[in-house]
This record gives sequence, C-alpha cells and structure tokens, in this order.
Amino acid sequence: MTMMHETPVALPRRAVTITIDGDEVKVPEGATILDACKVHGTDVPTLCYGDTLDPVNACRVCVVEVEGNRVLIPSCSRKVEPGMVVNTDNERTRHSRRMVLELLGSSVDLSAAPNVQGWMQQYDADPARFGDANTMRTVQQPVKVDNDLYVRDYSRCILCYKCVDACGEQWQNSFAITVAGRGFDAHISTEFDVGLPDSACVYCGNCIEVCPTGALMFKTEHDMRQANTWNEAEQRQTTTVCPYCGVGCNLTLHTQDNTIVKVTSPHDHAITSGNLCIKGRFGFQHVQTFARD
Amino acid sequence: MDLRFPDATPTLDEVQALDSVLGPSLIAEGWEREHGGAHRAEALRHRLLPSLHALQDRIGYISHGGLGELCRRLDVAPAEAYGVASFYAMFSMEQRPPRVAHVCADLACQALGAGALLDAVQAECGPPNQTGVAGAWQPSPCLGLCERGPAVLVTEAGAPAHEAVVAPAIATDVAVALRVGPRGLGAEAPVVDAVPQASSPEGRSALVLLKRVGVVDPSSIDDYRAHGGYQALRAAAAMGPSGVIREVTDSNLVGRGGAAFPAGRKWAAVAGQPVRTHYLVCNADESEPGTFKDRVIIEGDPFSLIEAMTICAFATGCEQGFVYLRGEYPRALEHLQHAIESARSRGYLGANVMDLGFAFDIEIVRGAGAYICGEETAIFNSIEGYRGEPRSKPPFPVEAGLFGKPTVVNNVETLVNVLPIMLHGGQAFASIGTPGSTGTKVFCVSGSVTTAGVYEVPYGATLRELIELAGGVPAGRTLQAVLLGGAAGSFVRADEIDFPLTLEGARAHNTTLGSGVVMLLDDTVDLPTFLRRIAAFFRDESCGQCVPCRVGTVRQEEALVRITLGQRPAAENVHDMQVLRDVGRAMRDASICGLGQTAWSAIESAIDRLGAFEGLSS
Amino acid sequence: MVGLATVFGAGGGTSSYREIEDTDVIVLWGSNARFAHPIFFHHVLTGIRNGAKLFVVDPRRTASARWADRWLGLHVGSDIALAHAIGREIIAAGLYHRAFVEGSTTGFDEYRAAVDPWTLERAEAVTGVPADAIRELAHAFANADRAQMCWTLGITEHHNGVDNVLSLINLNLLCGHVGRYGAGINPLRGQNNVQGGGDMGAIPNKLSGFQDILDDDARHKFEGAWNCTIPPHHGKHLTQMFESMERKEIRALYVIGENPAQSEADSGHAIHILEGLEHMVVQDIFLTKTAELADVVLPATAAWCETEGTVTNSERRVQRVRKAIDPPVGARDDTAIIVELAHRMGHPEWDYPDSETIWNELRSLSPMHAGMSYGRLEEHGGIQWPCPSNDTFEPSFLHGRLWAENLADRGRLAPFSPVPWAGPVDLLSDEFPIRLTTGRRLDSYNTGVQSGAIASPLRQGETLDLNPDDAMRLGIDEHELVLVSSRRGSIKAPVRFDSHLRPGLAFMTFHFPDEIDVNVLTIEANDPKSGTAEFKASAIRVEKLQAPADTHLPVAGQ
Repeated sequence: MTMMHETPVALPRRAVTITIDGDEVKVPEGATILDACKVHGTDVPTLCYGDTLDPVNACRVCVVEVEGNRVLIPSCSRKVEPGMVVNTDNERTRHSRRMVLELLGSSVDLSAAPNVQGWMQQYDADPARFGDANTMRTVQQPVKVDNDLYVRDYSRCILCYKCVDACGEQWQNSFAITVAGRGFDAHISTEFDVGLPDSACVYCGNCIEVCPTGALMFKTEHDMRQANTWNEAEQRQTTTVCPYCGVGCNLTLHTQDNTIVKVTSPHDHAITSGNLCIKGRFGFQHVQTFARD
Repeated sequence: MDLRFPDATPTLDEVQALDSVLGPSLIAEGWEREHGGAHRAEALRHRLLPSLHALQDRIGYISHGGLGELCRRLDVAPAEAYGVASFYAMFSMEQRPPRVAHVCADLACQALGAGALLDAVQAECGPPNQTGVAGAWQPSPCLGLCERGPAVLVTEAGAPAHEAVVAPAIATDVAVALRVGPRGLGAEAPVVDAVPQASSPEGRSALVLLKRVGVVDPSSIDDYRAHGGYQALRAAAAMGPSGVIREVTDSNLVGRGGAAFPAGRKWAAVAGQPVRTHYLVCNADESEPGTFKDRVIIEGDPFSLIEAMTICAFATGCEQGFVYLRGEYPRALEHLQHAIESARSRGYLGANVMDLGFAFDIEIVRGAGAYICGEETAIFNSIEGYRGEPRSKPPFPVEAGLFGKPTVVNNVETLVNVLPIMLHGGQAFASIGTPGSTGTKVFCVSGSVTTAGVYEVPYGATLRELIELAGGVPAGRTLQAVLLGGAAGSFVRADEIDFPLTLEGARAHNTTLGSGVVMLLDDTVDLPTFLRRIAAFFRDESCGQCVPCRVGTVRQEEALVRITLGQRPAAENVHDMQVLRDVGRAMRDASICGLGQTAWSAIESAIDRLGAFEGLSS
Repeated sequence: MVGLATVFGAGGGTSSYREIEDTDVIVLWGSNARFAHPIFFHHVLTGIRNGAKLFVVDPRRTASARWADRWLGLHVGSDIALAHAIGREIIAAGLYHRAFVEGSTTGFDEYRAAVDPWTLERAEAVTGVPADAIRELAHAFANADRAQMCWTLGITEHHNGVDNVLSLINLNLLCGHVGRYGAGINPLRGQNNVQGGGDMGAIPNKLSGFQDILDDDARHKFEGAWNCTIPPHHGKHLTQMFESMERKEIRALYVIGENPAQSEADSGHAIHILEGLEHMVVQDIFLTKTAELADVVLPATAAWCETEGTVTNSERRVQRVRKAIDPPVGARDDTAIIVELAHRMGHPEWDYPDSETIWNELRSLSPMHAGMSYGRLEEHGGIQWPCPSNDTFEPSFLHGRLWAENLADRGRLAPFSPVPWAGPVDLLSDEFPIRLTTGRRLDSYNTGVQSGAIASPLRQGETLDLNPDDAMRLGIDEHELVLVSSRRGSIKAPVRFDSHLRPGLAFMTFHFPDEIDVNVLTIEANDPKSGTAEFKASAIRVEKLQAPADTHLPVAGQ
C-alpha cells in the first residue's frame, strides 16, 4: 500500500551509490544498508529490526562486512555512505550470524518465531553444541498470565527492546515495561516486576504487534495454541476500520472458523503505524460472544 | 505525563533524602500542578541517578515507596526508574542491611590472595548478602585499590552515609568493620603511598603528571597555585582557543583510556560544531580491573584535573563539564568535590573564569557500579539518567554526544597531559617518548609485584624496565605472565617482556597497553582460576544489550568452567575449545561496543601465548 | 460540524493528523484525546517529541492535561470567556496576523469589540485560570509559526456548543492558523463515522457532499438521479425530533444504530417520549434498551466487520470497511434492509447489488468524492476529501484558498464570530453545590454496548470521582456508596478519589447505564444550532446514604 500523498516537508533526497556483494546499488541518502540490501534483492536476516521503530541493533543477526571497518556492521541501523563496499555473505558474516542464532537458540525458545528455523538451517546453526538446559543458563521460566487479554512468555524473549520502545517514547508513551537488570539477567520487566494489572499497562497491545518471537501473545492465541487449535494456515486476514472513535484506525482482523482470533494493524498506514488502543485491539468480542438475535 | 505511580508511600528519611538533592519545591502530583509534560520531564531526567544515590545512601536500598516518590517528582515512569536502578550494582533493589563490606574478588586482589580472603570471610562472617543483620558482606568487582590489595570498601547508609577503605585486609578486618562500621575504622593510607617513585628524589624528578601528588595539599587551591597551578590556564588564555588546539594537535597527544584517539582532532571537531551547547565529559569511571591511576591523580592533585578541564572547555567552547567518577571512590569524590567548590568560590569556575570572559563549570556525576559506563557513549546515557548502555556510532560524540550535543569525552590522564603541553608547548611534549607515542604514560603495576603502584615513565621504556622499577616479583617467586591492559587486554609470557611500552611497540608485539594495566602473575597464581575470574567479570559486567556479548560471555564462562574443572575426555575439551573460539570470534566481530569486542582477548591470549590448556585438549 | 460549516462552508477538520507532528503549538481544548482518541494522541505525542508545546484547556487535569507543558483548568462552561481573553491579549499585544485578518477574514472590528471587555483579570475571575497562564497560551499561540487547535465534546456538549466552537475558530483566524500545512482547526469525532454520516448527507440541512438542500441546482441534480422530489427545506436534528415527538408531531421513528434511550441527557424523559410513539422500528446489531422499546426490531450486521462499505474519519479520510466474518443468521446489511424496505414500499427499481454500486452513485453526485474509486481507496489506504479528480490529490489541509495571492481567488472570506459568553444553564446553588461533568474512560465506549465485552483489567465500573478534600469535608470514604442528586433525579454510585480534580468538580461517565444511569442527572439543555445537550455541566449534591454502606459493592460490568 502506498499512502496518499502528504505535503512534502523535506527536499527530495540525493541518491547514494554503494557496492553490495560486487554490485552497485543506488538508494536515497539516509537509507540504511538493510534498505539497500532490499533494493538489491539480498536477503538479510533480522530479529530486533522493526519497520515502525528506531533500530536498536541489539540482536546482531543482520551484520555485514563494510570494508575499512575493524568490526562487522549492523545493516539495520548503519546509513549508507557514498562508495561503501558491503559484503553480506562471506565466511565472516556467516560465522557471526550462525553464532547469534546458536546463542539465541541455546537460551531462548524460538519455536514461535517466524523464519528462524529456516535461518538455522541456512546458517548451519547448532544451538545444542553448548550443552543442555541442565548445564547451561537459559531464560526458561513460567508463562506470565495475569490478565485476560494477553500473556507474556519470556522464555521466548530475545530482548530485542521492541516492546519497550513501542510502550515507551516511540509510540505509546505509557512506559509500563522496561529492560531491567544487566547482562544475561537483563529482562523485560515492570517496576519491581509487579503484575500488569498493577503496572502502567493500558493494554493497547502495541508490544504484541512488534514482538518477533511470540513472547507476547493474545490470550486467545495462547489458549488456542495450548489446545492445539491454532491454525495459521486456516486463518484469513481482512483489513477494516475500527468501530470505536472517529480517528479511523485500520484493523487487520485475523479470523479462523468465522471467529476473530487476533487483531493487528498495518505498519505502513499513516494513521496507526501498527498501533492501536485497547478498544481497537481487544474490542472485537462483542461481535462474537454476545447472543445477537 | 500520565504516568502511573505505585501506591507505596515513602518514609520520612526517603523524603528528606530526595529533598537534599531535588529541593522540596518540586510538587508531586494532583490538580495544583499546572506544569508538566514531556519537556519538563526531559529537563529533569538527568537528576535520576543522583536521586537514586540519595535513596541508596540514606537507607541502603531502593524501596517501592522511595522509588515511587522519586518518580512523582521527576515525572519518570516507575518502570523506567526501576530499569535504570537495577542496571547498577551499587543500588540494591531489595532490603539490605545499612552496613555492607564490599570485598574485592577481582584480578589484582586475586593475585594477592583474595580467593583465600573470601573463604576466610565466609568462615568468620557467614555467607554473603545476609539479611536481617546490622552488616553484611559481598564480593565485589575491582575496587581500584590494587596497590594495596586485597581490598575492602565498607559502606554505611545514613544521613550522611559513611564509607571507609580497609586495604590490605584480612578476614578479621571485615568482621570488625561489620561490627563498628566505617566510622570506627582507622584512617586510610595516604595517597602518595600509591606512587612509589615519589619516595625518592630521583624517582620524583621523573614525574610530570604525578609530580604534585604527595607534595601539594589537595584541599588547598592556594597551595596548588604555589606549586605552579593555573599557570597552564594563563598560558592557554594567552594563546586563545585555536592556539590551544594547535598545541594539543602538535603534541600528538592521544587518549589514554585505551582507544588512543588523537586528542587534538577530537577537540578541533567539537570546537568546529556550530550547534550549541558543547559539553565536556571527563571519564573518571576507571573500572578496568587493575586500573587506579585516575583515582591517584584525583585524590592527590584534584585541581590539576579542574585546570585541565577548564583549558579544554576554553578551547572547545564547552560551557558545562561533567566528571563521571567511579562510585566506589569515596576519597576521590571528597577531594574533587571540595576542589570544585574552592575553584568556584575563587572564580576559577563559574560565569567568568579568571575574568577571561568565558563561562565554565563542573558537576560530578557519581557512577553506581557498572564497568560499561566507562564506554564513551554509555557514559552519556548514564549521566542523562538512562541505563548505561552504549549507543551505536555513528553519530560520534563530537557530533551528537551528551544530551545530543557535541561533546568532548576524555579520560583523566589524557586531560592532565594538557597542562605540560600548555606550559612547554606541543613540540616539547612531542619530543618526549617516541614519534608514535608522545609524552609520559602512567602505568598501574599490580598483582605479584614487590612494590605495586602507579609508575610514570616516558613512552618507550620496556616492559622489563617497568617491572624492574617496581621491584619485580617478590623474592623467591618466578614470573608466570603479565596481563597488559586489564581484563580487556592480553597476556604476555615472562620471556616476552623486552618490547618497548609504546602504542606501536605493543601493536608490533600483538598486544595492547589498554589503559595502562601491568598485572604480574607469579608462579603461585592459579591461571585457570584467574581466567575464570576474567570470564565471570565480563559475564557480570555485560550490559546485556547485544546478543553476542550477553549470551556469549555466559557461554564462554561455561565452556571455560567445563574445561578447567571437568575431568573429561580430551575430545570434549577439544569441542569446548572450539566453542570458545567460535563464541569469542563472534563477540569480537559482532558486539556493539568494546566490552564485548575484547571479552575474549585475554582468554584467547592465555590459550595461544601461554598455552593455558595444552595438556587438556591433546 | 455546524461551527466549521458556518465559517468555512465545509464541516470538516482543516488539517491531517500528520500535520500535528510538524506543528509548533498544540492546543487541546475540551479534549481528553489520550483516552478518547488514543491514536490521534500518538500524533500529538510525536509532535511533542519533535518539540511542539502542548496546552490543554480542560476543567479536569486529565491524562491528556498531564502531558501539557501548561494545563489551564477552567471552570466548566467558561470556555468563551477564556477564548475571548486570549483573543483580546493577542490583539492588545499586537501579535495578531494583520495581513491575514485584513485580507482573508471579515468582521474583525465587531470581534475586537466583543472581546474587549475580557481583560486577563476579568477572565481569571470568571474562568479560574491564572492570568499568567492565559497570557502564556495567548503569546505562544500567536507567536507560533504553526499552531493547531483541537477539541472534542468538552466544547460541543454545552447548551452553547456551537458558540464555543466559533470562539475557538476566531483565535485561529486571528493568527492565520488555518489553510497552511501544520496550522489548523480540528474537531475530533467521537464515533467512527460521524464525519461520514455528515458527508453522506445524514444531517438535516445538507445533501451528500455538503451540498445545501436549499440550493435548487443541487437538489435538482439529486432528484434527477433518484427520480423523486426532495422537500426544499431543512429537516430536524435529534433534539428537534424529540421535541416534535413530545408534541406528537412525529409519531413514528426508525432508529438505525443509535441507543437514545440511554445516550440522551435526562434519560428518563427520553424514554418517556419514546414510549409515547405510535410506532418505532430499531435496526441494530444488539437488542439495545431502545430496541426493547421498539415495535419492530431489524437485526443488522456489524458494519465494521460483517459488511463492505466506507467510513470517514476525523481527518476527512474515506476508508474501506470490509467483511471479515459472516454475520449471525438473520442479520442483514443496513443497506440491504433499506433496499428491501423500498421494495416493499413499492420501489422495485432500487437495485444495488453491492456497496460499490452505492458508492459510485455517490461519486456521481458528490463532487468532493468523485475521485475516490474503490480501487484508489484500496491503493492509498483511504483518501481525504475533497478529491474531485481521478488522477490527482488535493493538499492535506483545507482552505488554502484563504492565502491566495488575489482576493478574487480567496472565495468567501472567513467571518469572525463575536459570540456572547453564557455560563452553564444548571446553576450551582447551596442545594446543588458541586459541578458534575461527564466524559469517557480509556477502555470503554459510550453506553458500553460494544466495549462492555472487553475483558479489561483497567475497568473499575462506574464511580463518582471526587476531589479527596471535598470528599473528606462530606465525611465520605473512598469506595463508599453515596447518593448523587441533581434537579432532575438521583442515583447511587460509589466514590473514587481523584486528586487531579479541582475542588468542587466531580466526574462520571455514562459507560454503564444499566448499573448507574448518569443521564438521570444530566440536563437536557440543548444547543439550538446543533441540538447537542449540555452533558458537560450539571449541578449536583452528594450525600452519605442513611444505611451503612454495603462493604462489597456491586461493580458495574461484572
């Protein structure tokens, strides 16, 4: 979808030419190496990158080699510079990507993360080489179910910061969650780890929208997965407009068996950029639970 | 901002503690408050770290009620404040006894028997981190007291809080300290004891940066002036800002914190930024195990740092300076605080410095126990009141640093080098040392050494000469290895110490000087235990932001433990050696900052240069 | 919609959400957008993070007000006094946009005379807002290169709501904050298709596309297309309809997707009128309280997820709604029901096989919608009106014509409105000393018909929110059940303390009418121009109940 023309407030951007894997690629000034790779058709894996968020470049799975640099460079955040020579797929980048996948795979449950299993194969990653759960540290822990709208399963959390950024300054500005602690003990938390109902959470679900691994999940989805009835192949997605206030947020309804099982919002829509409020995100029950006759 | 605050209420002590740093004027919440919003909150955010210190200092931990009150006053979300507080090792998020003994378990002290001390303390005082007692002890990362290890820092919450150092310490000292508290302990050794060269006239004559330590009264600005103080600033004023930068550039002075970036280039870059305000950050967060030179300079000659910062500010157009000082340096804090106040009251800081027509002032920001905050961008986040996580570069600090403004960030030793440059000129400075490494260098010699301390020598002296200056390993022992640059550095063998201590000499020798740590390990030091401590240090100090470092430092430590402790078939050790190399390479290549990039260096050099595990994997 | 249409001819907000992010000063007046329009507030937040200064004018220190650089907590119903004082200060300080005022507006002298008595001192006395806060807002608004004025029901739900709107529009005219990118006037709509309803002609005085029903050419165009005669006079708005029903002039009512039995002020009176009808048909997705009173109930599909069509949002963006699930057996599209009714009433020629056919008919009759094919709506994620062309788009803001070089190109100049100030109808007295105002909470919506099913952890049920000091004076504890009375009736409600409410001010919502019917208290004092009732200002008394309060209170919604 291309958004309707908005009055331009900036001058047209200059084009910058860089070299990716031997080919010249021209992209607008200000684009990232990742943007350039997309233009070039180069597949670069990403986990912490969010299309609606400032890059935190924390996962490091998107690293590339930029000639003249001592270390590898996160493609999601580094802006192109004229004449940059980028190698995306050599032994060095493949090694770091493999290690990131292995390190994450050894400590986090990635089974609900889209694409990851494919990358594991592509990069020949073997997370089991570090030992088993009894001999090494993982983030395994019980699922947090403290409200009826969404659950938090931090066994699946790769600490990409996206939920924190969506809850915080970049979008929702509720600041209910943060990264607490340090090092391997760093974790997503409310203050003193109080439950969501005692926190500043307003249940907009904008954290769920950006979570790349299923650590944050609609309770409906969680319950259906537990009951083995979650079937994405059977689901349809339909984008419509929220039935509540007059802002006109676009909702994408995920339906299975004529039931709404999840609500998202298009990330490329200028009204929401993927964000909703509690009414838009969770206010669909009235069309399916009430006896309407 | 429509933040939600916890219901818990603060105690009177906590309210007073916050009043002492924030003043009583900030209305908390409710209909009487007309002003608010994000802009006000942004302007107040940098007061978060001092406020957390105030709470911790007052009652010994951060309570729900105290944190909530702090958040109400500063309009900080409780989750955010919790995230910041829990980042720092010095803040306890659980109730803790007011009196705590921090027993150094780190590298230099370990070479001096810290392992045995920890065992003895446990036997005499019980397990660490006890609750429900008047005083508890806990193992600590390097306290920067390496010249007199094994070291203990005793803290006591209250109004005011008290701190004292016991070094070198034995287990009984810890038991006494927990019983009587810091106020009941004897005076700390004078700072000049850390400068062995100062004990003889010929040794003292070699000192440039350390020449006033033990000579000047660190509490007297007049004594400082009587010993040549503020002559350099006068010289700088005479040559003007661009003249200062020219001399610094000509001197070839490079950063002494480890990265060796040319100071003149950094200063020129900031001076040339049209954006205002410009900030100066003095990095005094020396947390590299085995480093204590900045502490010695600040404790012994605090006005020299103030003068040097003033010169830098004059040259680069900085209106505000910050000294980010390690939280574990009580005496340095006291001396520097006093010196800044004296300088301010005498017109050496303030709206019109020395009537030279420029404004500059300095604020001390106390670190709170995080090695990563020595990283030049993490330090900005910490000062601004955020988690001390490094930022991605670009943008570089000279363009967008502290508060998003152009910022000079230099460490203490780098800055005080500016004084001789101003007094004698850049050319004269450059004539000392070698063409590639100019001036003198302060090395921190510690571990298995006869006379530990800071030693100032011209660049170009060999490692052997430095070791001999410090008396070599204690009589009857033999040198096993030298760790250069600290935990982030690398080992050299006893037969490799004849290379010159210069940037280029170290590079040619495939090692690094880092921040100047020279830690000697004699034959009594158990290398595997020492390496495990290095691995544990990085695991503890990783900020957790990027995957290679967050998980890699854990996997590195686990593999090292398996290799060094397990009775296993060689094949399993071979497997884990490969794990170490693979993880280490990814940490070096793909970590965000220098911490992760160097977390494998020392261990790698132990394997490759010292042959640490040769017997195990073959 | 009436206020904007009066001044500019078109009843729509003049800016787009995106422009809020690129403005310098944002004024939210009588709008708690943080709760009522959360995603619009995201754009405000982006604006704030980009450096914009936010002022919030509201009797309550709402969630939105807490984001303001400065909150102006005025007395309920003193909006015009405050707006006039701001206008006077801008003029007195010489900060108004002379070129714009002289070249693009009319009636400045009358306006200047009308605001002249409103000195800062007098305004402080009448509004309760400190003079320096008024001055600060006035100067910031006037000095800004771009400023946005946004409001919601806090402005319109008064007996003089249209005058309130006009008094705010005056300020934008005074400073030239309209017709430019980033500067504008924006009412935020309370429902997802309030704007679309007006656009389509579901208002008493306009045909589709804001074409005047009294305009012969326009009317004839529609008559030709529909093969019928359109009465050449204005219809009735909701309040006038109720008045006519009360006088038995209207005896039958067809209600589509409204719940007036619970949403009208003085609800007891409204129900009485509905019960007096000879015949009532209710078409809804639920059996609402109104539907329970009906003679015939027509089950409809949920327009947002069981039907194809379009809605229009507060920035005039027409967007597609799409069918995602099948409706319950027996429920039919609103349009299908209407077509079927037409067939039964003897018009078999009504032939609309799908929503796109209806839409294309509209496009042929409403020039401002002409360029909005379903294909283009799909491609661009909605299109803002006006969109007369199939190939191009208009700017994202309205009324750029006012800045045209030549006077002739500026069209009808924008008139100032020298409106008088009049306080709330329901006066405070010794008997009713507390001012009750109403509004919304974040997780609930209107009468709760749709939002009641959200398993919201935020929900606390209906409460009477009071300043804690007021409550203490009355000897009332938090959570205590009290008797709340106005001149129209009494209800019982539990008390919640809210330190953000100024003394003398109380707050309730009407989200839980089945448990606590707040509209028993509100006054049906309607704006003669818009028909909106004064939900925002009732005089009440709060009393302890005689019997000891039940310790376990029933919580609404559970």
